[in-house]
Amino acid sequence: MEYIALQLFNGLVNGSFYALLSLGLAVIFGVLRVVNFAHGALYMLGAFAAYLLLQDFGVGFWPALVLAPIGIGIAGMVLERLLIRRLYGLDPLYNFLLTFGLTLMIQDGVRLRYGLQGQPYPAPAELAGSVSAGLVAYPAYRLFVIAFSIVVCVAVWYVIERTRLGMIVRAATERPELTRALGINVDRWVTPVFGFGVALAALGGVLAAPMRNVSPLMGSELIIFAFAVVVIGGMGSIAGAVVAGFLVGVLASLAAVFNPALENVVAFALMAIVLLVRPAGLFGSLEARS
Amino acid sequence: MTRVLNLLPYTAAIVVALALPRVMYPVLALDILLWGLFAMSVDLLLGYVGLLSFGHAAFWGLGAYAAAIVAKSIGVPFVIAALVGAGAAAVLSVPFGYLAIRRRGIYFAMVTLAFAQLVFYVANEWRDLTGGENGLHGVPRTFPGLALGRSADFYYAALPLIVFGYALASRIVHSPFGHVLVAIRDNEPRAQALGYATWRYKLLAFVLSGGLAGLAGGLFALANGFASLDLLHWTTSGQAVLITILGGIGTLWGSLLGAVIVLELRDALTSAPELSGVVTGAVFVVIVLAFRAGLWATGRDVLRRFASPRVSARIDLSEGEVRHGRS
Repeated sequence: MEYIALQLFNGLVNGSFYALLSLGLAVIFGVLRVVNFAHGALYMLGAFAAYLLLQDFGVGFWPALVLAPIGIGIAGMVLERLLIRRLYGLDPLYNFLLTFGLTLMIQDGVRLRYGLQGQPYPAPAELAGSVSAGLVAYPAYRLFVIAFSIVVCVAVWYVIERTRLGMIVRAATERPELTRALGINVDRWVTPVFGFGVALAALGGVLAAPMRNVSPLMGSELIIFAFAVVVIGGMGSIAGAVVAGFLVGVLASLAAVFNPALENVVAFALMAIVLLVRPAGLFGSLEARS
Repeated sequence: MTRVLNLLPYTAAIVVALALPRVMYPVLALDILLWGLFAMSVDLLLGYVGLLSFGHAAFWGLGAYAAAIVAKSIGVPFVIAALVGAGAAAVLSVPFGYLAIRRRGIYFAMVTLAFAQLVFYVANEWRDLTGGENGLHGVPRTFPGLALGRSADFYYAALPLIVFGYALASRIVHSPFGHVLVAIRDNEPRAQALGYATWRYKLLAFVLSGGLAGLAGGLFALANGFASLDLLHWTTSGQAVLITILGGIGTLWGSLLGAVIVLELRDALTSAPELSGVVTGAVFVVIVLAFRAGLWATGRDVLRRFASPRVSARIDLSEGEVRHGRS
């Protein structure tokens, strides 16, 4: 029983990362129609940025939690301006391939400089130790990760569903031409939205740094899980990305209670079921724009 | 005259294929032909059905493992082992294809990618069968009456089977079935309106493509004597897509040209595997940004412009309507 409770928390932690990454993917896809393959690599860059801030400048976890996503988000905006922008108007597959190429360059570029070995990153002192969480004692830092990601996800949902900015973004997602005809400058929001999605990935990376070793390939498997999550939740759906993220995380960890080999398989099995029963995804609308 | 000209490429191809192991390492020559076949299987879907599979490593890898397992445990002749690999991959393509063709475009790419990762994890966990992270080594290649120890000998022994794979791909594309595929690529609702059960065509194309990838993967395992998890990784799928696009989408033979360049490049960079990733990624970025027509179509255009002033049309992935609002 305690093991199940422990796995439940582990599942929520994994789900936090799935949710943060899928959320960024969904926001970017919604406005730009770009599936950003480099999302996992940018998550890794977020973790590396935190690591380097600590190593070279002595900047700790809390400032890094703000600085790294901003820095990587700006880098993402540069990428959008320089490269991704050139392929709008073509089949979205080309941007998928472009960002795939960028992924290889980023991952192996970092590997070239820092090697494959993981670098340790200390958890902030305030969150050291464990907290009693119901049945079990659970590391305080991980509980913070769960709470923090939920807060971020809710905040993003609020901005997109309840503010004027979110309304513009949603309108641009649904009917770009009509939105433009109503006098709203859609193009102005494209680069910031991309930067914002990338910043979410980098935020996930900073959060992951104290838990997982900071290594060049830390995002290379996560991105595939994020894709599965996005297909399960329904592409472009903000709520779908978040709910499916936590769902996949929890189900995978609970499946591991029965057989550890199942943990990595659950996400893809779930994706297969969703494709069979509800091809548009749990929260997706019909495949209006495939 | 025209007939002679039409036969010329085939003659040239045969001469090149026979001479290849004399001008480079036989293993590299074989790898080029096999990656070429692998990329062709990707092109069969991408160029002729308009579906980008980013999960073909599953079929290539499964073909490799299946061939390696039967060759090691039963010791069957290499031809049988390779065909078992093709068969296993084709069988796996049925459920994957059945699910994946429910989505199109970018979703299809993501779904196939995710399914391939599933195969990767299964192979990783099923250590008794696959050797887990160590993979399978010392895969024998035998054929009654032939000594296949040297790579050059195996090259010539495997060549008929590889050519069979190419011929099959070419035959599929030029058959009435292939024309229906192109119709589906260009306008699926219209093909449906004409009475074609398009999903059946797409599924069959997917299975044929998976089987070809499995054949290539099986021969790859026999040629190199191993099957490892690398073969199933998503970077392998990406590599195949890179070769396809570099060669030219929808050209089939372009895949061979692409394979020559990518594998020569990789061979030159074997001493620095990380650098190879950076270079491969950069090639990808450059091709997607500036060279989408690919080598084959570009070469053909140059030749045609040389022969006649008319510039031929190029096949582009984005023939359909433009999805994104920006222009």
